Amino acid sequence: MSTAVLSVSALAAGLPAGVLPAEVADDWWTRIFDFSDYGSLIALVQNSLIAGVVLGLVGGLVGVFVMQRDLAFAVHGISELSFAGAAAALLLSIDVMLGAVLGSVVAAVVIGLLGTRARDRNSIIGVLMPFGLGLGVLFLALYPGRAANKFGLLTGQIVAVDSTRLSLFLVIAAVIVAGLVVIWRPLTFASVDPDVAAARGVPTRALGIGFMLLLGLAVALAVQVVGALLVLSLLITPAAAATRVSASPVVVPLLSVAFAVTSAVGGILLALGGSVPISPYVTTVSFVIYVVCRIVGNARTRRGWARRVAVASAAEASTA
Amino acid sequence: MSVPAAPLELEGARLAYGPRVVWSDVDLTVRPGEFLTVLGPNGSGKTSLLRAILGLTPLSAGRLSIMGAPPRRGSRAVGYIPQQRLIDPATPVRARDLVRLGLDGDRWGLGGGSTRARVDALLAAVGASAYADVPLGMLSGGEQQRVRIAQALGTEPALLLCDEPLLSLDLRHQHEVTALIHAMRRERGTAVVFVTHEINPVLPYTDRVLYLAPAGHAIGVPDEVLTSSQLSALYGTPVDVLRSQGRVVIVGGDDEHVHHVEEADE
Repeated sequence: MSTAVLSVSALAAGLPAGVLPAEVADDWWTRIFDFSDYGSLIALVQNSLIAGVVLGLVGGLVGVFVMQRDLAFAVHGISELSFAGAAAALLLSIDVMLGAVLGSVVAAVVIGLLGTRARDRNSIIGVLMPFGLGLGVLFLALYPGRAANKFGLLTGQIVAVDSTRLSLFLVIAAVIVAGLVVIWRPLTFASVDPDVAAARGVPTRALGIGFMLLLGLAVALAVQVVGALLVLSLLITPAAAATRVSASPVVVPLLSVAFAVTSAVGGILLALGGSVPISPYVTTVSFVIYVVCRIVGNARTRRGWARRVAVASAAEASTA
Repeated sequence: MSVPAAPLELEGARLAYGPRVVWSDVDLTVRPGEFLTVLGPNGSGKTSLLRAILGLTPLSAGRLSIMGAPPRRGSRAVGYIPQQRLIDPATPVRARDLVRLGLDGDRWGLGGGSTRARVDALLAAVGASAYADVPLGMLSGGEQQRVRIAQALGTEPALLLCDEPLLSLDLRHQHEVTALIHAMRRERGTAVVFVTHEINPVLPYTDRVLYLAPAGHAIGVPDEVLTSSQLSALYGTPVDVLRSQGRVVIVGGDDEHVHHVEEADE
């Protein structure tokens, strides 16, 4: 157990593979949790905290539709392409966020255009994803700079968002939220009831591609904070947790956002106390929330979530 | 003197995909409150007919009108009930949400305004009030179809399209759903176009049959259309129509009918 934690944290912190001596093993706990100097550290990560709140909002809302449209695998695929874009940007010394956005938007549009049916979509993602990851590895291998930058793209870094990047981050987030607000109702219709939505004149295909664009942007934001490998923890887990405990179209998005913000901000605050990357904290908070929701949801189902109210027999009899 | 517009009117209607003619020269006027059952083997153009009525596929020739106007995508004059399909129990949609989407799901934005009273009234009309707040994926097939009927009636359509709504329902639910659709058209004067593989559940309510077949089509009351000579002519091969205890069994032509009838015969 301890060696597993150690190797992950050492790897993620960017230590060369050969440096895993006994002295590191002795203090692995303090590397994960060490809350001395906490106050002065918080000031340093103010931007990251703002980014965490905004990412929670975006991830929580987008996640609701990711669940409804069964796009979990697509999110993972897009994040690998986003990683490739960011790695290319790092190599070419252009803005990493720009590279991440380009990579994920291209991936999202390709998946949206080619994969209308679920089976097509999954095979297209299966083809794109390793290619993206391979490209990313290539770009990182060619990149001569610090190793920590490289691993940050995969596993996240706490100070990834500086002041100049924060404004771009906020603009992209605003675009996503505004776009979702505009298409919310017809997108819900097209996601949960596509046949009838098409019959009622809802442009289901255009909405699907529009949503993929917004999803691509959201993934690019998440890659900045939690890294490409763990995007799912903010784009899927909170919404999946929320749907375990409610089926209301109002409560589910609100819970999902609350869970995502808690995971992102909580993860950042916990990560301050250690020297390992931010993502293990974010994913753990997010996972614990999911487990709790699952237990609550199961208890609720056992007690009879699907229970009918008493008028059932009377109403059935009158129409049968 | 103005004649009230017909819910559905086809004049010399023809639909072709490239050189392949699906159906042609269809002349049909569906009166308010009429129950038209559309039968035919796979590939005979039943779904294409529904798509044409919904304004999703244009006719190749002829004229089609809904309440006197050309078909239009998203017209509120047309309600649509699809076949029952599997819904993941974790989908965050309750019965009432599905009905509501039928009312305003085609509009942009988050959706404000209160539709609760109307949704409740629609659910009550189909006897689905008891499970209004149950997630859709936790409803039985028959319950889901009840909710879909409420959804389709939300815009007070003049014409209700039913696209194989009985598929994958057991016999009891087939009868419940057809009886409910019949009751709704009586109560509201909604014309019904009911596409199905299985004639027997809808036979008691059917006013006229439109039979689409490889060698042409026939329109008329069930006793006129569902005869051995008529169907043999439509299929271009010998077809026997047998009647037994109020049920119709079609043998030959399209094997699927035999299959489905056997299946329905408990």
